[in-house]
Amino acid sequence: MAAGFWKNHENLYHAITNGKVIFGLTIFIIIILLAIFGPMITPYDYEEYAGAAYMPPSTQHFFGTTIMGKDVFTRTVYGLRSTLLVGFIAGTIATLLGCFIGFLAGYYGGRLFDEFLMMITNIFVVIPQLALLIVISAFLEVRGIAVMAIIVAATSWPWLARAVRAQTLSLRNQEYVNLSRISSLKVSRILREDIASNMFSYVFMAYIQQFNGTMLATVQLEFLGLGPTKGVSLGLVMQNAVNWNGIQLGMWWWAIIPGLILTIMITALYFVNTGLDAAFNPRLREM
Amino acid sequence: MGRYLSKKIVVYIITFFLAITINFIIPRMMPGDPIQSLMSRFSIMEGGRAIIEEQLTLLFNLDEPLLTQFFNFIRSIFTGDFGISIMQFPKPVSVIIRDAIIYDILLLLPAIILSYIIGNRLGALSGVNRIADNIMMPVFYFLSSSPYFWMAGVVAFFLGVKLDWLPISGAYGVTMTPGLNWRFIADYLRHWFLPFFSMFLVQLGGWAIGMRNMIIYERSSNYSKYMGALGASDRLIRRYGYRNGILPQVTGLALRIAGLIGGAITVETVFNYPGLGRMMLNSVLNQDYFLLQGIFLAIVSMALVANFVVDIIYMFIDPRVRLSFSGEV
Repeated sequence: MAAGFWKNHENLYHAITNGKVIFGLTIFIIIILLAIFGPMITPYDYEEYAGAAYMPPSTQHFFGTTIMGKDVFTRTVYGLRSTLLVGFIAGTIATLLGCFIGFLAGYYGGRLFDEFLMMITNIFVVIPQLALLIVISAFLEVRGIAVMAIIVAATSWPWLARAVRAQTLSLRNQEYVNLSRISSLKVSRILREDIASNMFSYVFMAYIQQFNGTMLATVQLEFLGLGPTKGVSLGLVMQNAVNWNGIQLGMWWWAIIPGLILTIMITALYFVNTGLDAAFNPRLREM
Repeated sequence: MGRYLSKKIVVYIITFFLAITINFIIPRMMPGDPIQSLMSRFSIMEGGRAIIEEQLTLLFNLDEPLLTQFFNFIRSIFTGDFGISIMQFPKPVSVIIRDAIIYDILLLLPAIILSYIIGNRLGALSGVNRIADNIMMPVFYFLSSSPYFWMAGVVAFFLGVKLDWLPISGAYGVTMTPGLNWRFIADYLRHWFLPFFSMFLVQLGGWAIGMRNMIIYERSSNYSKYMGALGASDRLIRRYGYRNGILPQVTGLALRIAGLIGGAITVETVFNYPGLGRMMLNSVLNQDYFLLQGIFLAIVSMALVANFVVDIIYMFIDPRVRLSFSGEV
């Protein structure tokens, strides 16, 4: 029974036994757990003056304290929660949007509709995302997590749409797609059953990459002080550190650790992606 | 030669107009009456009231039809009139941008070019050498995963504060006056290095990863195997692989420019560097909408020009595009 299952899902077997995937996933899960349970285990509140100011990491304050005596660990885990949430929602929306547009443009490749979609995509690729995000968020007086996620997603989908379109174009002229087409199946069904299902591994990896991208866009925006107007976020913690001269004062636990956690997480997801790539493409497996 | 370039140019022109349109819409979507809120801020300034009233009427003309407003707006942009900054009153926005943009260009251009060259070399090396690959790849993944401003913080902390080698704030010392003398240039370079270096590091990772994958892919392709079977040297095969691998990297260049320009905004904030990025953030914080509009347009234009240059480079290095001009293919 079990052996039969793995025979049918060879790719999945290669994926979950790949060293890089296991390594990356482990780190990723640890950081997710930190974001979920961190706020529960810390005895402080993120705005609370928890102890003496300017303290390096200790058993009392895992990541030390800020210049005003706030607990950096508490602020980091709360911030991580907010940033991850925005990045996750934005990444999901952007992936769905990118796939939707990419499938349609690819399926109708060469026609006016495709040209139109690709023109929009190319425009969005050229305009620096962060500049656009700054302009948009400057005029939103109240920014919640949902609003943040939507504006980040709205500016993140283009490269994915372009990539999915290219893949769809190459699948579209396969025999079995033609067969479906002359059987006059509905376009939505052809896209779903013939094209999307064959691109699952590709889209999944693109999803991880998109998540990485939206996390970076989110944290940059937060760092500029244009993150959620309420609560604390990872970028905000680092913005405070820079604004209060945390770097000049040598407070690495304040200025560097919060970003390090995010960077490690994104690196871990990179590893997962490379591992999955090797698992899904047998040609790379030998490497 | 038309199709390749003209299609691109059409997209760029549309992008430019989209940026103008975004600028046009923004103040009109602001909550409340933008004119009144700006007026109240200006009435406390000496002589500010009359000037700003004229500026605002010129810019908004809210009682005219929307289309007329839009054309007036476009006309003022093409005549280089972006209005007057509120933050640095009464300096025109166009002057502020002109003074700031040079810092961006001198920061971005070397960061792009050097990271591209070195990253591709290192990537090619790790594509053929397993030991190098195992050591370098995790580092490259880490570099390209770093947010720009975080890398700027790390670089500033270690090289600027711990080792105290280089200054970490501003574009030149407070006692300096900008000018073309060696003292100023040396001082400028000392301030320039850390912001440049942090952007360089983040970019480096991305190029190396891309090139490594391309080389591995090219080496497993049929032409490489065929050349190997014919007895071609490893070095020659590698060189051919590199040439083929570099093409998608140039396409990648176009995709990354936008990200790098965005990253520069945050890096300049960390180093308090007087480029467009920090200026843009200041204009947001001070609700200086004219300056914000002007800078947004300047940044988009910078990205457009950069993309256009990449298109032209691509034309020259890809024989297929080049030959299609002369009708040989």
